[in-house]
Amino acid sequence: MSAIPLLSVDDLSVEFRTRDGVVRALEHVSFTVGRGETVGIVGESGSGKSVTALAILGILHPSARVTSGRAVFGGLDLLTAGEDRLREYRGRELSMIFQNPRTALNPIRPVGRQIEDVLLRHANLARARVRDRAIALLRQVQIADPLRAYHAYPFELSGGMCQRVMIALAVACSPALLIADEPTTGLDVTTQAAILELIGDLAQQSRMAMILITHDLALVGERCDRIVVMHAGHVVEIAPTAELFAAPRHPYTARLIASTPRPGVTLADLRPIPGMVPDLRGALPACRYRARCERALPACEEPPLPRLTLGAEHTVACRVPL
Amino acid sequence: MKPAPTAGVAPSVVVPAPGPPLVDVQELSKRFPVRGTQQALHAVDRVSFTIERGECIGLVGESGCGKSTLVRLLTRLLDPTEGRIAFEGRDIGAVPARRFAGTPERPRIQMVFQDPADSLNPRFSAFATIAEPLRRLGRVSDRQALGRRVAETADLVGLPRELLGRFPHQLSGGQQQRVGIARAIAVEPTLLVLDEPTSALDVSVQAVILHLLADLRRRLGMTYLFVSHDLNLVRLLSDRVLVMYLGRIVESGPVEEVFDRPRHPYTRALVSAVPVLDPGARRPRIRLRGEPRSPIDPSPTVCRFYGRCPDGFDRCEHRMPQLQPVGPDHLVACHLVDEERP
Repeated sequence: MSAIPLLSVDDLSVEFRTRDGVVRALEHVSFTVGRGETVGIVGESGSGKSVTALAILGILHPSARVTSGRAVFGGLDLLTAGEDRLREYRGRELSMIFQNPRTALNPIRPVGRQIEDVLLRHANLARARVRDRAIALLRQVQIADPLRAYHAYPFELSGGMCQRVMIALAVACSPALLIADEPTTGLDVTTQAAILELIGDLAQQSRMAMILITHDLALVGERCDRIVVMHAGHVVEIAPTAELFAAPRHPYTARLIASTPRPGVTLADLRPIPGMVPDLRGALPACRYRARCERALPACEEPPLPRLTLGAEHTVACRVPL
Repeated sequence: MKPAPTAGVAPSVVVPAPGPPLVDVQELSKRFPVRGTQQALHAVDRVSFTIERGECIGLVGESGCGKSTLVRLLTRLLDPTEGRIAFEGRDIGAVPARRFAGTPERPRIQMVFQDPADSLNPRFSAFATIAEPLRRLGRVSDRQALGRRVAETADLVGLPRELLGRFPHQLSGGQQQRVGIARAIAVEPTLLVLDEPTSALDVSVQAVILHLLADLRRRLGMTYLFVSHDLNLVRLLSDRVLVMYLGRIVESGPVEEVFDRPRHPYTRALVSAVPVLDPGARRPRIRLRGEPRSPIDPSPTVCRFYGRCPDGFDRCEHRMPQLQPVGPDHLVACHLVDEERP
């Protein structure tokens, strides 16, 4: 990525103030997404994947506070931009597919209307042409009977169909960056494959960049150019996909791969990751993986957490990489 | 993370024992009336299969294929419309679901549910959750005996005894699922139905729970019915697999055989859709077009997969294919099997 990246997240830290103390959900998160590139973010629940996405879009919960960092997208720092400016960007330049399409769609509005809402807000289309465009979008996401879907309410459509509607909404204005947060969790494998193929095809056609957030390592492996591995609010490793799977350098990445069921791996080979994601309240060692790590040294407690560059596009945040 | 071995539990054999099957399901159907019409939704349609003692049988298929209905019929939470369910030779399908709780079979068929956060009572401590089936089905009423049994069960599933006083929200996802498993095995079931037991857990915890389940099966000699849409998991745990599509079993057989050499076009599509971590092992994906046929009053003479099947031909529209052997213990319901035969 020698050219200026489309999105550059730099030193992003986010805290949540709760009754039980301050949760340091993200700490010094940095990564980039190039034009037309697909980047995967993986990690266990609580690793900060979704918080990263919500921070980029400026839709964090009110109890959250961005304590440091920038997220520069097309020359604009999304973290300091005003709400009016962000509203112009969201939906048009940046859009997001949420995990559960049934809850993300408005249940009491026909889906065609919901697509029209986005078009009317962002696309500068004449009202008369909006309906045709909405139906064309439903066709583009391969809904068999777009006219029926146009008039349907979300509850009348299957989960896979609702996710297609979400995709139609997200790509309605041909955004430059699409963030897909667990877009296929809860869908069947056949539907999952079809949905991901559809998103991939749409991304390729319009050179749309994508951030694919998932806990499924195999899924990012199939779909992404580069992978960002997160653990407990830290980015622990970034590498091109093939390199990451062939030679993971962070102990956590290696453990994550070893715990993923796949053909050719028996139950005896499947190794769990010891321990749990640590509680992000209170004092934490510099390396948040320390307590779970079999390679940990006493020095891993001490800040700063080193960030080693191991190749043109391979970085790891570890004192004792593999 | 292995639970301490318990005295008195003989290690049992995992290979299916000879003799009559543990579960023998014949021509089982469940039809739900569609409100306001004379029509019926055919959730499970003339399904026949057996489960041998000690084996782990996987059940796969997409949502809406009837997996959950089949499980609820087997666990006797639902009454079948037609057909027979024999458990250890006794016809349990004829006992109304309402009265099943009073039969000696109730404790012998137990279930572990998908999402432990949803399936545990938030007002019950881990102790109370595990004690409940012992009180109601195991007829353990003496407080000391109950305490001992609960503690033993907690040991079996690797739940530290000091966590028994905690409520679900005070436990991690993995610990919650250990409580869910403990509740199910407390009354020493013969058949344990596992409905997506790890789908709500992270991969790191999933591996722990899978090891625990395999270990418990080996040590307690239980038989498993493992329901999942994750074929990689089914492959890890199961000896045999049943593939369901719109209420019917379309393929069954030894797990490696079915996944490495799938014969039904639906199974082929299913296997090809599984994301593969190793870039070298990827296979071309078979795309399924369109939506599944309606399960409401489906034609008895049209293959349920017709229309979505990449290989469908005219016979599929005129005759429902029946399960037929294509190899040792490998059954497939597809007309193509006849075509491919030399």
